[in-house]
Amino acid sequence: MSGRAQYLRMRLKQAAAAFMAILFGPLTSAAVQPSARTADVVSVRLISAEQYANTVSAVFGPVPTDSVRLPPMRRTEGLTSVGAGTAVVTPGTLSRFDAMARQIADAVLAPERRAVVMPCRPKSEHASDPACARRFFAQFGPYLFRRPLEKAELDTYARVASEAADAIKDFYPGLSLALAGMLSSPKFIYVTERLESDPLHPGQRRLDGWSRASRLSLLIWDAGPDAELLRAAGKGELHTATGLSRQVERMLASKRVEAGVRAFFSDMLMLDSYEVLTKDPVIYPAFTLRVAGDAREQVLRMVVDHLLVRNGDYRELFTTRHIFLNGDLATIYRIPVPFPEGWQPYELPASTDRAGLLNQVGFLAVNSHAGRSSPTRRGRALRELLLCQKVPDPPPNVDFSIIEDPNAKFLTARDRLRAHSSDPTCAGCHRLTDPIGLAMEKFDGAGQFRTTEKGAALDTSGDLDGAKFADANGLGQALHDSAKARSCLVRRTYSYGLGRPLDKTDNPDLKQLEKQFADEGYRFPALLRSIATSPDFFALGATAAPSSQLAGG
Amino acid sequence: MNRRRVLRGLLNGAAVTVALPLLDCFLDESGQAMAATAGPLPLRFGTWFWGLGMDAEIFVPKKTGADYDLPEELAVLAPVRQHVNLFTNFRVLTDGRPNLCHYTGWVGIRTGAAPSGRFDLPAQSIDVNVADAIGSGTRFRSIQLAATGNIQHSYSFRSVDAINPPEISAADFYRTIFGPEFRDPNSPTFAPDPLLMTRKSVLSAVMEDSASLAKELGAADKARLDQYFTSVRELESRLALQLQKPPPAAACRVPAPRGQDIPVGTDVELVSARHRAMTDILVMALACNQTKVFNMLYSDSGSTLTRTGFEKTHHTLTHEELINEKLGYQVESSWFIRRAMAEWAYFVEALAKVPEGDGTLLDRTLVFAHSDQEFAKIHSLDGIPMMTAGRAGGALKSGLHIRGNGDPVTRVGLTVQRAAGAPVSDWGAASMHTSSVVSEILA
Repeated sequence: MSGRAQYLRMRLKQAAAAFMAILFGPLTSAAVQPSARTADVVSVRLISAEQYANTVSAVFGPVPTDSVRLPPMRRTEGLTSVGAGTAVVTPGTLSRFDAMARQIADAVLAPERRAVVMPCRPKSEHASDPACARRFFAQFGPYLFRRPLEKAELDTYARVASEAADAIKDFYPGLSLALAGMLSSPKFIYVTERLESDPLHPGQRRLDGWSRASRLSLLIWDAGPDAELLRAAGKGELHTATGLSRQVERMLASKRVEAGVRAFFSDMLMLDSYEVLTKDPVIYPAFTLRVAGDAREQVLRMVVDHLLVRNGDYRELFTTRHIFLNGDLATIYRIPVPFPEGWQPYELPASTDRAGLLNQVGFLAVNSHAGRSSPTRRGRALRELLLCQKVPDPPPNVDFSIIEDPNAKFLTARDRLRAHSSDPTCAGCHRLTDPIGLAMEKFDGAGQFRTTEKGAALDTSGDLDGAKFADANGLGQALHDSAKARSCLVRRTYSYGLGRPLDKTDNPDLKQLEKQFADEGYRFPALLRSIATSPDFFALGATAAPSSQLAGG
Repeated sequence: MNRRRVLRGLLNGAAVTVALPLLDCFLDESGQAMAATAGPLPLRFGTWFWGLGMDAEIFVPKKTGADYDLPEELAVLAPVRQHVNLFTNFRVLTDGRPNLCHYTGWVGIRTGAAPSGRFDLPAQSIDVNVADAIGSGTRFRSIQLAATGNIQHSYSFRSVDAINPPEISAADFYRTIFGPEFRDPNSPTFAPDPLLMTRKSVLSAVMEDSASLAKELGAADKARLDQYFTSVRELESRLALQLQKPPPAAACRVPAPRGQDIPVGTDVELVSARHRAMTDILVMALACNQTKVFNMLYSDSGSTLTRTGFEKTHHTLTHEELINEKLGYQVESSWFIRRAMAEWAYFVEALAKVPEGDGTLLDRTLVFAHSDQEFAKIHSLDGIPMMTAGRAGGALKSGLHIRGNGDPVTRVGLTVQRAAGAPVSDWGAASMHTSSVVSEILA
């Protein structure tokens, strides 16, 4: 290596180390020794794979997080993040946490990263160095436990690292094993929220500062708190309106809000189901597994672009013509793109048949069968995901004898469903799903545009709870105009932030948030701000007993 | 250190002429001699699931008892019939709870109780009961496999929030079992990995450090933390086990690693390729004493499997396909069931093909197979097909067709749990509570 290159490399290392120190240096409040905790834990949420990955890469810099995969949690009230409040770590889940933690710890402390990550150098690489191990955990522990470490905790991890290093006669692998232990500790993988005595209201209790910090950062960034947020928590600033507001503004202004928006909409729109989305290769040859992954990414890019980059009106997500394409999707859309590699923004023409989020490939294909479309599934998904309504299951003795009649010659889904719904036991639910689902019939089971089905022209007219429309764009407009769609978003976001199901006692808060959402022109970042700065967001209310929520019907 | 490494080491050195004969003679020593040094061969238990039941007209044999006839949906079981008991006309009773399509049936069979709603699992699943009794002493307390490749597809659980995640890729499953942490029980040498000991003490320290959390928690969260600790202890005992030289396992042959993984997809051809690949690995995982309890899911409840070129899934077909007037059944739906039965036959045969002790692996195994409905078109809970394969180490007879006369399915569930070593004298809730085993199959 030339002298110049060596010099540059050294400068780069110094800069990186300084950067890490700023971002994740020892907390000034690390000296704060939480006194013997009298606090009770009010909620215990299992970390999600995304929160895990977002947190470790924010704390340690870019480490490979492909291995971060966890079994799905139970979707509760439309959100897996609510299911996190009751999720259990089974032996199978713990095995994955353990394997993941060791991989990540090894990557964090890989030889080429040590200079950047380590706050100190061990006296010898072939022996323990408790003081250096201790400095390492003092620096990074607070970001994993989302609070300063107590002295006993620091002692423990320094000791574990040293014992491991002595056993294998190697400092870094020893430290890595101890870090893996920390990454598998319930103090990291379970986000716990605690109460403390409220000095402003003697005799009462309140959510402590660290818990507030976690709640904020999970809502806005889908990750644990950073140094500044922990600092503010340690100083009690999250208990004051000004201090809280300052942090929320800072967090909303950060690029990391994109991860938060992606996580929320992935959960609300059930984008995890795209992972196993496959289509019949003969009927839909263009729809490969890659397309399914692309369709998921397309949804997220549209959401981020519209809601964050453009700071757009949530309602217009259902009418926007701004989409994103790559080569694979362009085939499905039958749109030639100049650069088939990578993503590019694309504006659909004013004459398009498929404006809005729901008329893109993802929603259309995932709510279809492998070989044909399904107006019923599409209608049901729209009601359940976007209007927060529950469509009942079909009855066990569901009778398809009418549509099976070979003489009837039903060409279109509308024909079949009309015949099926002549049975009054079916009609009730199909009235909820079909008039909206049929609007999307000009898109086949793979989300490709068509004008006919089996040669018959398609009638895409219908109504959404009385709002009539002629086609899929009209349905998007009806959803745009639907008050239920807005209140559903507010409801899901609030429940997501609290990490628990809502009940009647939350209604006044929801009313207030809906009003603010309208006043702010239905801007999603504004909704996050309203929630995060609302005094109710940290009020105890129903949070006092979230984990007693049992699985209901 | 595993056998392949030993072999490679020997091959790299000068001992080539010694290596292969050594290995051969070592393997030839299997059977009785090896079994004797390893103590009694273990008993294994597992479940096998397929979705969407069957059509009784072409599935249920006319004859009961031994040498039962095999109607056309079962015809493919001919080579394994002598290993398989078939249970028909047992019922899932709901006591006025709703018949939740493609849910009440399998939940009733796995837990002995009818669920009150879609997110209710009224008790832990049958395999967990068995694993609690016999699952210790191997690396994995139990193994879940979903041939559908969907991580949501697991019917093994301690509670609705503690569903045991399945392996969904054959290649990953291979790595889980036969990856770097595998210790070949038949390897002549054994060197414990010092890292394992260190990992174990790290885990203990983490547990110790977290123990005080429990004091701050309410009852429900404390129970969740306890389950976390239970999981850690299980991982610790797995590591402890890895530190000891495993007892020899005569039937163990480490399979060759898989090349390319089977692509994601629910097409029957992909699912059956995945099922067979997973089965082959599982069989050796059992023979190599890596686990004693398993759950294999071929297709999900309300099967979403597809067939290339057909626009409807198996599930949609069961509802919308006309009954062929000449043949008297739904031809395309039945095609899927026949494919499922072919996979079940493959599974049974795979266990029966492995010699172990003076019998086969299947002799020391009990597999409990069942579906989610009887006739899927009408979501019938009466007569959901159930089968067992294997003799549970001599506890059971096999090759019999038992007609249940409308008795609760829990009689079969109780019988298999007891045969597999779970200490239950009675099982099931409300109308399905029973202490009456299916004595016809007891040896």
